[in-house]
Amino acid sequence: MAHQEIKLYQTGTFVAGNRLLDPEQRSVQARMGRSNSLTSGHRACQGCGEALGARYVLDAAMRATDGKMVAVNSTGCLEVFSTPYPESSWQLPWLHSLFGNGPAVAAGVAAALKAKGRDDIRVVGQAGDGGTVDIGFGTLSGMFERNDDVLFVCYDNEGYMNTGVQRSGATPPAARTANTKPVGDEPGNVFGQGKFVPAIAMAHEIPYVATATVAELRDLEYKVEKAMTFRGARYIHVFVPCPLGWGAASSDTIRLSRLAKETGVFPVFEAEHGEVTEVSTIRRRVPVEEYLTLQKRYAHLFGPAGRPDIVARLQATADRNIARYGLLAPDEEPAGPGVAQDVAGEGAV
Amino acid sequence: MDKPFAITLDIGSSRANKTGAWRTERPVYTNRMPPCNDACPAGENIQAWLYEGEEGGAGYERAWRQIMVDNPFPAIMGRVCYHPCETACNRGNLDESVGINSVERFLGDEAIRQGWTVTVDVPPTGKRVLVIGAGPSGLSAAYHLARRGHDVTVKEAGPMAGGMMRFGIPKYRLPREVLDAEVRRILDLGVRLELDAKVSDLMALKDEYDAVFLAVGAQLGKRAYIPAGSAAKMLDAVSMLRDLETGEKPLLGRRVAVYGGGNTAMDAARTAKRLGASEAVVVYRRNKDKMPAHESEFMEATEEGILFKWLTTIKHVDEGRLVIEKMELDESGFPQPTGELEELEADSLVLALGQDTDLSLLDGVPGLVVEDGVVMVGRDMMTGCPGIFAGGDMVPFERSVTVAVGHGKRAAKNIDAYLSGAAPEPVVRPALASYDTLNTWYYSDAPRTRRPVLERARRESTFDEVVLGLDESNALYEARRCMSCGNCFSCDNCYGVCPDNAVIKLGRPGEKYLIDLDYCKGCGLCVSECPAGAIQMVPEEI
Ligand SMILES: Cc1cc2nc3c(=O)[nH]c(=O)nc-3n(C[C@H](O)[C@H](O)[C@H](O)COP(=O)(O)OP(=O)(O)OC[C@H]3O[C@@H](n4cnc5c(N)ncnc54)[C@H](O)[C@@H]3O)c2cc1C
Ligand SMILES: Cc1ncc(C[n+]2csc(CCOP(=O)(O)OP(=O)(O)O)c2C)c(N)n1
Ligand code: SF4
Ligand code: SF4
Ligand code: SF4
Ligand SMILES: [Mg+2]
Repeated sequence: MAHQEIKLYQTGTFVAGNRLLDPEQRSVQARMGRSNSLTSGHRACQGCGEALGARYVLDAAMRATDGKMVAVNSTGCLEVFSTPYPESSWQLPWLHSLFGNGPAVAAGVAAALKAKGRDDIRVVGQAGDGGTVDIGFGTLSGMFERNDDVLFVCYDNEGYMNTGVQRSGATPPAARTANTKPVGDEPGNVFGQGKFVPAIAMAHEIPYVATATVAELRDLEYKVEKAMTFRGARYIHVFVPCPLGWGAASSDTIRLSRLAKETGVFPVFEAEHGEVTEVSTIRRRVPVEEYLTLQKRYAHLFGPAGRPDIVARLQATADRNIARYGLLAPDEEPAGPGVAQDVAGEGAV
Repeated sequence: MDKPFAITLDIGSSRANKTGAWRTERPVYTNRMPPCNDACPAGENIQAWLYEGEEGGAGYERAWRQIMVDNPFPAIMGRVCYHPCETACNRGNLDESVGINSVERFLGDEAIRQGWTVTVDVPPTGKRVLVIGAGPSGLSAAYHLARRGHDVTVKEAGPMAGGMMRFGIPKYRLPREVLDAEVRRILDLGVRLELDAKVSDLMALKDEYDAVFLAVGAQLGKRAYIPAGSAAKMLDAVSMLRDLETGEKPLLGRRVAVYGGGNTAMDAARTAKRLGASEAVVVYRRNKDKMPAHESEFMEATEEGILFKWLTTIKHVDEGRLVIEKMELDESGFPQPTGELEELEADSLVLALGQDTDLSLLDGVPGLVVEDGVVMVGRDMMTGCPGIFAGGDMVPFERSVTVAVGHGKRAAKNIDAYLSGAAPEPVVRPALASYDTLNTWYYSDAPRTRRPVLERARRESTFDEVVLGLDESNALYEARRCMSCGNCFSCDNCYGVCPDNAVIKLGRPGEKYLIDLDYCKGCGLCVSECPAGAIQMVPEEI
C-alpha cells in the first residue's frame, strides 16, 4: 500500500472507508454510488473470494474508465454462478465464449473497438486460474506478445473449482484436490516446478503486471486504476480463497488472503516492463502453519500423524518468496501503510 | 417486445434470486460494552465521546456534551481521576492504552476556554431535594438532580465548595480556577449553595425536603497513639492541607516525616517540600508493593525527591527526632515488629493514616445502618431510612473523586425515581467487548503520546500545576487511537467485504448500515472483518 499515505491513526487506510477521510480519499467500495458490477443474487458459495475479487476489480475499472468498458469472461465459477439462464448478475457489458479462449476473445473485442474508432472503450478480460494458467495460457501469451490493449485479470483460487475442485497448474504442493493422490507417502498435489504466471507475464515485458489479494482492498483498487492508465497488455493476478475448495470457513476468506501475504506464501508486488517496481512488505510476519491449519486441504500435514517435513518445505518456499521479492520491511521503518521498498533489479526474475 | 438483431431473450437480473434463503445464521449489528466504559466509576460513555472527539473541530463540543451526560467535571477528571479506564483499555494489549484521561482534560479545558454551558431542558418538578456536603459527590448529585428539574439546596459546612477537591488535593494537581469554573457551571443551573452551613441535626431539617442526599465525606484525620515528648511537633495531613487552603502556612521545619502510604501521604510530603522543607521522608509500615498510593503519584513524588522508608513504624516522637522500628513481612504479608530500633531526624511528623467520617448529624435517623464508621446503602444508594440517600467517602467503597461523582449520579437517578414513584431506569449491561472480539489487524500502529511535565525546579518550590495538558493535535491523535471497541465507527468494512452486496450503506448519522436479508447468505465475513467487533452472528430460527 505504498500509494496512499494517510496518517489516520485509528485505522489508516486499512479499512474500506473511514469516516474521517474526505469522500474522494475513500475506496471505491466505500462509496454509496459504487457500480456493483456483480450484483446480488449470484450463486457463488457463502464467503466466495472470487465473487468479492471480481466486484472489487470491475468496480474500480468502471470508475477508472467512467463506465466505458466491456468485460470478457472465460468459463469457470465466476461465469457459471453469475449467469444461470435467464438471469445475469452483470451490470456492465459482458461477454462469454469458452473456457480456453478468454484472452483471445478479449483481444478480438479490443481489435473490433479499434476498427470502429472506439478505443475510448476499454476491455477487461477475466478468468480463473484454470482458464489462465492452463487451458487459456497459449491465448494469454499471444495476447501479451502482441501487446493487445487488454487488462487481463486472473482470479486465482488454486484449482478447477467450478467442476468440483480438480488440480490446476496453480494448485500449491501438498494441497489435496479431488484428483490428487488421496493416500501414500506424499498425498495431495506433488512438489512440481510451479507455474507463477505473474513472473511469466513479466518475462513478456508487457507494460504492467501486478499481484493483489482480496485482503488489501485499497491496494487492489490502486493497481486496477493504475493498470487503466496504460495502453497495451496488462495483467493482474488476484489471490481469491475458495471456502468450498480449500475446506475453510466462509468467514475466513479475507483472513486467509491476509495470511497468504503475511507468511510470504503469496508475494504482492507491481512490475512495469518486466521490472519489479514496488512490493507490499509484510506487516506482521507469521509462520506458514497459521495459514495452512485453517484449511482442510492441508489437514493431513497436521495432527498426530502430521508431516512437519512437508510443512518445512512449504515454509522454505515462502521464505524464498520473501528473499526474492524483498518482502521484509527494513527494521528501522515501522510496518504499515506508506512503507515501500524499491527492489528493482533484485526481484526481477 | 421487439428485440435487437440476434437477441432472443429478455434480460433478467439475478436479483430475482433471493439467496438469503441459504442462510442459517444472520449478522446483527450490536453494541458491546467497551472495557473503558465498564471500568469508569462515573459511568462515562468513553467510547462515544472519543468517537465524537476523533472528528476534531465541532466534534470537540459534542464530545464534551457526551461526557457531561454522566459527569459534570471533565477538566477535574482529566487531572485527578486515577483513570481505571486506561488500565482496562483494550489498546493496552496492542501497544499502549489510549490516553483517555488526557483527552478528557483537553476537552474539559476547551469547554472552559470556549465557555460551553449546559441547560435544564425539563420543566420544574416542584420537588425539593437537600444535599449535605459540597464535595464531588454532593455536587454531582446536585447537578444531575437539577438537570432532571428538581429544586436543589446544597448545605456545606465549609467556606467554599469542592470538598476534598479543594481542601485535600493540592493546587499543583488541581488549579483552583479549573475547580471554580466547573463548580460555577453547576450553580448556574439554579442549584442553591449555602456555605458555612454545617448540618448538625438532620432530623430537624428532614421534613422540609422530599428527599436528602448525604455526602459529608470523611473529614477527620485518623490518629494513632504515639508517645511523644512535650516539644514534639505532630499534626494530621488533612488539617495541614486544609489550613494551607484557607491561608495558614503550617510551620513544619527543615526535615519533615510523613506517616502513611496512601495518596494523602504523597500529597502531604510533596506539599512539605513546596513549603520549604529540604527533606521529606515518607514512613510506611509495609513495603512499596503494598502501598495504597497510586503508581503515578508515587512516581511524581519520587521525581520531586521525596524519600521513602519502607517496613518501618514510629515508636516515639521527640523534638527533632523520631524513634523508628524496622518491620518484617510474615508469610501472610503482614508487617511484624523486629525489635530493631533506629533514629530518624525530623522536625515534624505529619500523620496521613486515613480519615474517618463524622456522623453526629445522623443521630436519631431511623433505620440507618452504620458499620465500621460508614453508612450502609443499597445498590440504589438509599440508606436504611427511606428517602435518605448517601454516597462518596461516607459509604463503604473505594474513596476517590470519580467514585464519589458516580455515586452522586446513581443517587440522583434513584432519587428521581423515588420522587416520581416510577421504577428506576433499568441498567443495561451488554456483553463486554473483550480484546478477542476485535479484529486488530485494521488498526494502524500508533504509539501513545505523553503529557509534558513541569521541570523539577519549579515543582519543588511552587504550587504550579505539575502535569500539563496536551495541545490540540496531540489530543486528536490520542482520541484517534481509540479502537471503538464493540461499537460501529463507520469504517465501511462490512459494506466493502460482503461478496453478496448484502450490506446496505445508509450513510445517515446514527443509522449506518443495514443487512439486506434477501441476499445475505450468512457467510460471516462482515463479522470477522469488523475491526470493532460490532457485528454478531446469531442463528436463524429454522
Ligand atoms: C489529600 C487528598 C488527595 C486526594 N487525591 C485524590 C485524587 O487525586 N484523585 C481522586 O480521585 N481522589 C483523591 N482523593 C480522595 C477524594 O478527594 C475523595 O474520595 C472525595 O473528595 C470524596 O468526595 P465526597 O463528596 O464524598 O467527600 P468530600 O470531598 O470530603 O466532601 C464532603 C463535603 O461535605 C462537607 N461536610 C461535612 N460534614 C458536613 C455537615 N455536617 N454539614 C454540611 N457539610 C458537611 C465538607 O465540608 C465537604 O465539603 C484525595 C483525598 C485527599 C484527602
Ligand atoms: C474445453 C473445456 N474443458 C473443460 C471444461 C469444463 N470446465 C468448466 S470450468 C472448468 C474449471 C474452471 O477452473 P478455473 O478456471 O480455475 O475457474 P474456477 O471455477 O476455479 O473459478 C472446467 C474444467 C470446459 N468448459 N471446457
Ligand atoms: S472519569 Fe476517570 S475513569 Fe472515567 S473516563 Fe474519565 S479518566 Fe477515565
Ligand atoms: S480502545 Fe477505545 S473503546 Fe476500546 S477500551 Fe480503549 S478507549 Fe475504550
Ligand atoms: S458478508 Fe454478506 S453474505 Fe456474508 S454474512 Fe456478511 S452480509 Fe451476509
Ligand atoms: Mg480456479
